[in-house]
Amino acid sequence: MPEGTICNKRPVASREDLDALLADSNGKKYYAEMEELDVDAEKLWATIQKTMKSRTKTWLDICAHCGLCADSCFLYSVNGRDPKQVPSYKIQSTLGEIVKKKGNVTNEFMRMCMDTAWSKCTCCNRCGSFCPYGIDMGVMFGYLRGLLHSQGFVPWELKIGSGMHRLFRAQMDVTVEEFVDTCEWMVDEALEEWPCLEIPVDKEDADIVYMINAREAKHYPEDIVEAAILFHVAGENWTMPSEGWEMTSLSMFAGDWEACKMQVDTVYGAMERLRPKRMVATECGHAYRATVIEGPYWAGRPDGKPPVECLHYVEWVAEALETGKLKIDPTKKIKEPVTLQDSCNYVRNAGLRDCGRIIMKHIAEDFREMAPNKEHNYCCGGGGGFNGIGRYRKQRNVALKMKREQILATGAKFVIAPCHNCWDAIRDLEEEFEIGIRWSFLKPLLIKMLVVPEHLLPQE
Amino acid sequence: MYEILTGPLLWIAFAVFFVGLAARVVLYFLGLDWRLDRVAYKPHMAYGLKGAFRSVYRWLLPFGTYSWRAKPIFTVMFFAFHIGLVIVPLFLEGHAVMIRNGLGINWPAMPQILADVLAIAALAGGLGIAVRRLVLPEVRILTDFKDIMLLVLILTLLASGIIATYHTANYSFWITLHVLCGVIVLLTAPFTKLSHIALFFCTRIQLGMDFGIKRGGMKSNFDW
Ligand code: SF4
Ligand code: SF4
Ligand code: SF4
Repeated sequence: MPEGTICNKRPVASREDLDALLADSNGKKYYAEMEELDVDAEKLWATIQKTMKSRTKTWLDICAHCGLCADSCFLYSVNGRDPKQVPSYKIQSTLGEIVKKKGNVTNEFMRMCMDTAWSKCTCCNRCGSFCPYGIDMGVMFGYLRGLLHSQGFVPWELKIGSGMHRLFRAQMDVTVEEFVDTCEWMVDEALEEWPCLEIPVDKEDADIVYMINAREAKHYPEDIVEAAILFHVAGENWTMPSEGWEMTSLSMFAGDWEACKMQVDTVYGAMERLRPKRMVATECGHAYRATVIEGPYWAGRPDGKPPVECLHYVEWVAEALETGKLKIDPTKKIKEPVTLQDSCNYVRNAGLRDCGRIIMKHIAEDFREMAPNKEHNYCCGGGGGFNGIGRYRKQRNVALKMKREQILATGAKFVIAPCHNCWDAIRDLEEEFEIGIRWSFLKPLLIKMLVVPEHLLPQE
Repeated sequence: MYEILTGPLLWIAFAVFFVGLAARVVLYFLGLDWRLDRVAYKPHMAYGLKGAFRSVYRWLLPFGTYSWRAKPIFTVMFFAFHIGLVIVPLFLEGHAVMIRNGLGINWPAMPQILADVLAIAALAGGLGIAVRRLVLPEVRILTDFKDIMLLVLILTLLASGIIATYHTANYSFWITLHVLCGVIVLLTAPFTKLSHIALFFCTRIQLGMDFGIKRGGMKSNFDW
């Protein structure tokens, strides 16, 4: 069978396509069809020849097979030092083989590659910083995912995810109207406690445009209100776009580069339409990476930068605390031991290691660092799409062990995780291993500790 | 045999070595592509170069990186092996004489005792690396036939050179073997993993630029 009805090389193009995928419970039919899917070897090889140049080619070529990258990969460590989990081995036995065979590989081989690309690597890029040559398996697995996606070998949830981006420009089916409605009723509910609170939508020339992860609009709208409260207290002139508010990119996890471009063009469109001075991104590592770090390249921006200066939430909070826009009541600081999850996406891959420390200095009395930390921190265990793929749930649960050990070693029972994905992984970690921890985003914590100016309080 | 090896063949080997490696470096940089690599090299050259310098410098320094510090025994073996392999051939008295005679340049040489120490350390480091390759499962799984052959070649080169220095009864055998290995190294370097002699700098520069430009280098330097 060259193509299945739901598992095929075509991306989701209509609501019907999407519904057909969604109707397939757990992707049962999808994965069954995948076993019959033909590999278009010619096209695969043509793509490789066109897109695999100096960097990846040399990386594959000169790897010294020294194994220095082995211990750097948390998946290698938590899987009992399984040699098959050595980063170099994982990429050589997949991408390396496809290249060696000039694309002439079997369906079975492609499915093995899919399992490896999505369940044995979270694209955390840690190994790349441990290899003497700077060979970055995370980057190469991203490339491999793109190849696999183009041949239809992509996990069911991610085909749906990138389909959502194609249809809704969001990882979930949230339309412009639904988004604006959500903002309105959430503000209405908060007005009693926070008079004059608003979420200005589509305001032009504001100082800040705030952008989010679609899950906030769909599942935790309180997060949006919390951001509104903090901007309100900080006296920011801010706005949110009615369209182009979604920064995440499941299509990046899926390797669907075309959908990545569609998504980020919408976001940049909003920036260009509203002309804010800066963009502040919500607490999400992969959203930040998609919109701020990778996005400019998908959009083809030669300077590698988004249209306006972009800040991750930790940057905005650090700045607001340092400049006194937000003031913390010293008696309300966190007294118990607390630790901080450094997200690979905005710490290792975007240089924001200091912001977290600045924030902790303001809000915590007993801050405990994980070891290792900052740019050498380990992935939470659920990055790169791992959290959301049912097929690999078992492997993901094993992957959580590294974070469990790191957190336990700090002695803290409270973890601050300013990244959606990390937050999820840590939640699942507690569910799976019951080590008695709690976890939180920054926003609700900050609101509890704020010194609120008199005039913003409700009048009795 | 020795005459052929040290005659024209040696000069051909040098030519292949230098021209070949230079070509690989040039091709490497020509093949970089800001769109495919997703790094805006040109518009942020200054940040890129800063990142590149840091990434090369820190990795050339024994224990200069997080990774080197995490594997102290390997690091010692690695640097002993590589320092010996780079410094000794360049400044060994015997080699200097050949260069002086052949090219007429006043080439400096290092004291023999230092050369001996470095060469023996390199041999020991190389043997350690070979043992590690065979013993550790995480390295064994990566090892292929070519890796073994390459190590055998380099270890033979080192060992024969050391033995020849001590003028044993079979001097001419050892020196011929030594030169033969040297010629093979020169001839094959551009086409095998030995190309890392030059490409190491290329990939390190590239990743340094990647981190210096795109992955946060404008906000904080990556701490290798
Ligand atoms: S550390 Fe680098 S060179 Fe060594 S095996 Fe891993 S990827 Fe290859
Ligand atoms: S990118 Fe991360 S998960 Fe993937 S191989 Fe490297 S260290 Fe392991
Ligand atoms: S989920 Fe968080 S820690 Fe894990 S890869 Fe993503 S950003 Fe990194």
